[in-house]
Amino acid sequence: MTTPVLETVGLAKRFGRKWALRDCTLSIPSGKVAALVGPNGAGKSTLLRMAVGLSRPTAGTIKVLGELPGHENATLLQRIGYLDQERPLYRGFRVDEMFRFGQGANPMWNMELAHSYVDQLGISLRDQVNNLSSGQQAQVALTMCLAKQPELLILDEPAAALDPIAREDLLRLLMRQVAERGTTVVLSTHALGDVGSICDYLVILSHSSVVLADDMEFVVESHRFLSASSSISPTLPDGVTVIDTRTSSRDVTHLVRMALPIVDDTWQITEPTLDEIIMAYLRLGTSSVASEAHGPHAATRGGIS
Amino acid sequence: MSEKQPSIQFRLDPRSGVAPYRQLIEQVRQAVELGRLRGGDQLPSVREVVTQVTINPNTVHRAYRELEHLGLAEGRLGLGTFIIDNPLHLATNAGRKELARSLQEWTRLARAAGLDGDDMLDLLRQTFNRDEHVLS
Repeated sequence: MTTPVLETVGLAKRFGRKWALRDCTLSIPSGKVAALVGPNGAGKSTLLRMAVGLSRPTAGTIKVLGELPGHENATLLQRIGYLDQERPLYRGFRVDEMFRFGQGANPMWNMELAHSYVDQLGISLRDQVNNLSSGQQAQVALTMCLAKQPELLILDEPAAALDPIAREDLLRLLMRQVAERGTTVVLSTHALGDVGSICDYLVILSHSSVVLADDMEFVVESHRFLSASSSISPTLPDGVTVIDTRTSSRDVTHLVRMALPIVDDTWQITEPTLDEIIMAYLRLGTSSVASEAHGPHAATRGGIS
Repeated sequence: MSEKQPSIQFRLDPRSGVAPYRQLIEQVRQAVELGRLRGGDQLPSVREVVTQVTINPNTVHRAYRELEHLGLAEGRLGLGTFIIDNPLHLATNAGRKELARSLQEWTRLARAAGLDGDDMLDLLRQTFNRDEHVLS
């Protein structure tokens, strides 16, 4: 067993009286591109900031690459590339000056890699950061992270507010690094389309709690839509957990998570798409994990429609 | 760009709802069926694929493993993944497997709708005849 890149047990963070993250227990394996998905305020940034030691847990523990993050753990920080939504760059600097700064701060810095990435993106080393488009600034900021040759990249909405071409260039740059260096990535995103194509591990946060964490491969396999006429109202098969329920005057449809394959002729069974599964979890109205199959179930109606 | 052209240019439709690894498999299968990929052709390396489409390299690995599992491709150690010799009937077989799978799904729906075996055959015959009619 290799050490998980990110491991939390009962992790919690409170700001004043508000819990930004509660009872978060997670274990993200090495070698993955993990997506952290959740509505604004669900605790994504809070979790990522604690992972890089910018914020201290109120309760619980967090380990990154097997170590405790914190500003005093400088060797750990050198093994992590972190990019937040602000994409900090020195605006008066030229690209090559940014790179020299990165080289001075990071013993593993790979200047050749940095040059080849910006070259591929059509950015000149002599360009001043101020004069770059916001897409190019994001690319330079990511290049700064990649050239550190980190074992783990932590990216808070790396492609937010980028035009479609800039976002695709950025994500390809990221995937190239994953393909060539096996870097593990944990990124937060709102773009569900990206989740399916670039990520292979999924963590969904809702109301400050983890509601789903699994290999992407198993996410679709373990969820099904079950529909039946509401006049029959059949009982649910054993071992299923209802995530979302929709009713019409004629029939009822549940999105369920199943522990075993369902063999049941009373329900019409269809495979949901990844987007449908994620949306159902995001709509979960309660802060607890989905209610059990046979329990009362009323919390999932309403919300976004 | 002096590098050699890849044997296949993948496409990815994130809105199709079809898992990316299945999209890759299906595109290779179709290319074989149409004769655009032939026995011995090398599939682009994982690194090449991530420059063609925005995709997780692990997903490409997974699609290639599945193609090997289907018997359509073979991995050669240190060289890459290649289409096997005489892949055509296998591509057809793989296509049949896919059809069998969707037929199973359909059969389940039909049963849920209250059709028995004879009803299903009738419906299939009717549909088939209608299609024949349209095509002729």
